[in-house]
Amino acid sequence: MQLQIKYFGLIAEITNCEKETIEFSKTLVSELLEELFVKYPSLKQKDFKVAQNHEIVSNSSEITNPEIALLPPFSGG
Amino acid sequence: MTKERKPKNVFKEGAISSEFIAESIAKHQSKTSIGAHNIFLGQVRADDIEGKTVSAIEYTAYEDMANAKFHEIREATFSKFNLTCMHIYHSLGTVKIGEICLFVFVSSLRRKEVFKALEYVVEEIKAKVPVYGKEIFEDSTHQWKVNS
Repeated sequence: MQLQIKYFGLIAEITNCEKETIEFSKTLVSELLEELFVKYPSLKQKDFKVAQNHEIVSNSSEITNPEIALLPPFSGG
Repeated sequence: MTKERKPKNVFKEGAISSEFIAESIAKHQSKTSIGAHNIFLGQVRADDIEGKTVSAIEYTAYEDMANAKFHEIREATFSKFNLTCMHIYHSLGTVKIGEICLFVFVSSLRRKEVFKALEYVVEEIKAKVPVYGKEIFEDSTHQWKVNS
């Protein structure tokens, strides 16, 4: 499945882009992260959460939506 | 008395002006069942970090998710507290020190509800809404703000 990955804040500085489309053939959030860690090794040390359908999901969740976001700690207000 | 509330766009480009805030207050003069308003204004602070001074914050957000979360917070607040109305505005883009970046406005028949409701709304926003503040220093370097 084609996934659009969105990056925010400090995470977007590491990936050097705010979004990208990748081909993903596996199932779980953890498997997506493994692939992203290969592409962006320094992501591994960063604090972030993964969102799908506008909700934070765990690493063991299945990816069902083509839009996934990597969200560093919030700092609104 | 339940009415359907649709998600609103909470974001405004740049700082929230004092004229806009005054106008919001004035608009409530026709709602004469209200006996108490409470307002939170978040202001950009000139923090000193390791000898450098913040001159502005540049806000970005995962806007779709953020508006969905603002809507959830509104719904939860209306169900927990007896409010007449509520308005939330958050800046995107550059807001200079001393300017307002968050405006939360709650109104009720009586004061006790608005004191509790306002704190709840602001804390929920800080914890649940994907907004990011990039603190720009006077020398043009930056760091990503972390809420404490």
